[in-house]
Amino acid sequence: MLNIALPKGRLGEKVYEMFEASGYECPSLREPGRKLIFENPEKSVRYFWVKPSDITKYVERGAADIGVAGKDIILEYAPDIYEMLDLGVGKCRMAVAAPKEFFDDGEKTLRVATKFPRIAADYYESRGREIDIIKLNGSIEIAPILGLSDVIVDIVETGTTLKENDLEVREDILPISARLIANKASFNFKADEIRRLTERMRERIK
Amino acid sequence: MTERILKNEEKAILSLRALYRRYGYLPYKMSKFEGYDLYVRHKDFLVGDRVITFNDTNGKLLALKPDVTLSIVKNGSGEPLQKVYYNENVYRVSDSTHRFKEIMQAGLECIGEIDLYQTYEVVALAAESLGVISEDHVLEVGHLGILSAVLEEACADRDFQNRARALLSQKNEHDLVRLCGEYGVSGENTGRLRRLIGAAGERREVLDRIAPLCERGAAKEAYDELCRLSAMLDGHADARRIRFDFSVGGDAGYYSGIVCKGFLSGVSAAVLAGGRYDNLMKKMGRKEGAIGFALYLDLLEQIAVSDRRTDVDVLLLYGENDAPEKVAGRVKELTAAGKTVRVQKQRPVRLRRGEEEQC
Repeated sequence: MLNIALPKGRLGEKVYEMFEASGYECPSLREPGRKLIFENPEKSVRYFWVKPSDITKYVERGAADIGVAGKDIILEYAPDIYEMLDLGVGKCRMAVAAPKEFFDDGEKTLRVATKFPRIAADYYESRGREIDIIKLNGSIEIAPILGLSDVIVDIVETGTTLKENDLEVREDILPISARLIANKASFNFKADEIRRLTERMRERIK
Repeated sequence: MTERILKNEEKAILSLRALYRRYGYLPYKMSKFEGYDLYVRHKDFLVGDRVITFNDTNGKLLALKPDVTLSIVKNGSGEPLQKVYYNENVYRVSDSTHRFKEIMQAGLECIGEIDLYQTYEVVALAAESLGVISEDHVLEVGHLGILSAVLEEACADRDFQNRARALLSQKNEHDLVRLCGEYGVSGENTGRLRRLIGAAGERREVLDRIAPLCERGAAKEAYDELCRLSAMLDGHADARRIRFDFSVGGDAGYYSGIVCKGFLSGVSAAVLAGGRYDNLMKKMGRKEGAIGFALYLDLLEQIAVSDRRTDVDVLLLYGENDAPEKVAGRVKELTAAGKTVRVQKQRPVRLRRGEEEQC
């Protein structure tokens, strides 16, 4: 039995369709209700919905053999897992955004508001820029408007939210997409199942 | 009875000691403390970079040891070949709580002239160490010599090599291909790295897969070593459970040659890690080679399956008028029958007992 952690939400549904099309369907998952765990013994799969930011924890600690997580979450939490496949869905980018009128003269410590302190710190360290990180859990866009920070480091999909809050992208940090990840111990004990699934999913991407 | 009382990690230590003694490894006992400077000089070798420090009465800065290997290498015996085993507590910052944690670690080190036999013995003992804990185990073995040679041929840039090593350890082929593009690595060399990243599994299959990558120089030498080692392991009782996997890495500044990682079914992370660390020896001013491994016994808690539902089998209550001899007699009968007994006058509130008996 393969335990598969899916991220709750639109991305999770899209990714489940890929699993389904690869021959790992679980019809009960599509039934309405509040259940979070679904099993199809015929296909030897058990799916569960978890919060996207928790997926890497389920996989790293072996509660799930495999899972689907955004590259942003993988970089932020740096879990000890195998990253098997770029699923090519959930595409967006991590970027630095600032109010249109903000001018960075490089003389003072840059105040950065973000949900991703590690990614932001690594990025600015690579550029030799001293920053002050303000870790927020949501509504990042209002931080520079209210003077809490100079810039934000956040995920940008279409840029609409930024535009509506008078912010603009200043620098792209990295592209993001959903990745198929696997627990390192499970990879040894369920090697054939995980490899077969990875190959079938790879074919879906092509 | 012993089986019921001992925890998994305690049982493991007893079995491991017997196993290592059987192969002539001697126990190595060390102080809980070590001079802090040792860890400062070799902090890249440590799993984490934080250690607990304090001042000794003479003002010297000491540390609660976060690692055992460094101390063993530092206090070398002067013998041509030193074979030791240990079980010690080390103090490291936990990845999950970000606080210091005491971790029970066992392992062995073989220091001196390391030839193919010694390498084989250590790899076989690593597999047997996993075997004494659980039948369902896997030992992954890789070779940094091959990895380094393929990387060097692809691109000499250190930054590229470090990033590529990290991606190889994640089996992250898609980002490795992107990285190769970023650094202008040729299509042929990108293909070689892709071949290496997928090299994991049954030993013969892996050797066949990587053969075209190891046709000359250092890679060829490393490949020949791996082939001979694999042939020797074929005759081992654990042969099927020892696989080759090129995602097994380690800091190239310290490790060289064979590296390994061990897994137990039911435990989510590697419980065993080790390999050949000649580069560390060089950095510590020693000319010999060295190979060893450590087992992280705290992880064995994850496979502890307890069928116990009570604290004691029998609660034996006695009163003022009961003769102590009579109580002692009944306790003797119960314990002789293999039962655990708690004897007291008043009924305890929280004690979970199987049966209750009035004396």
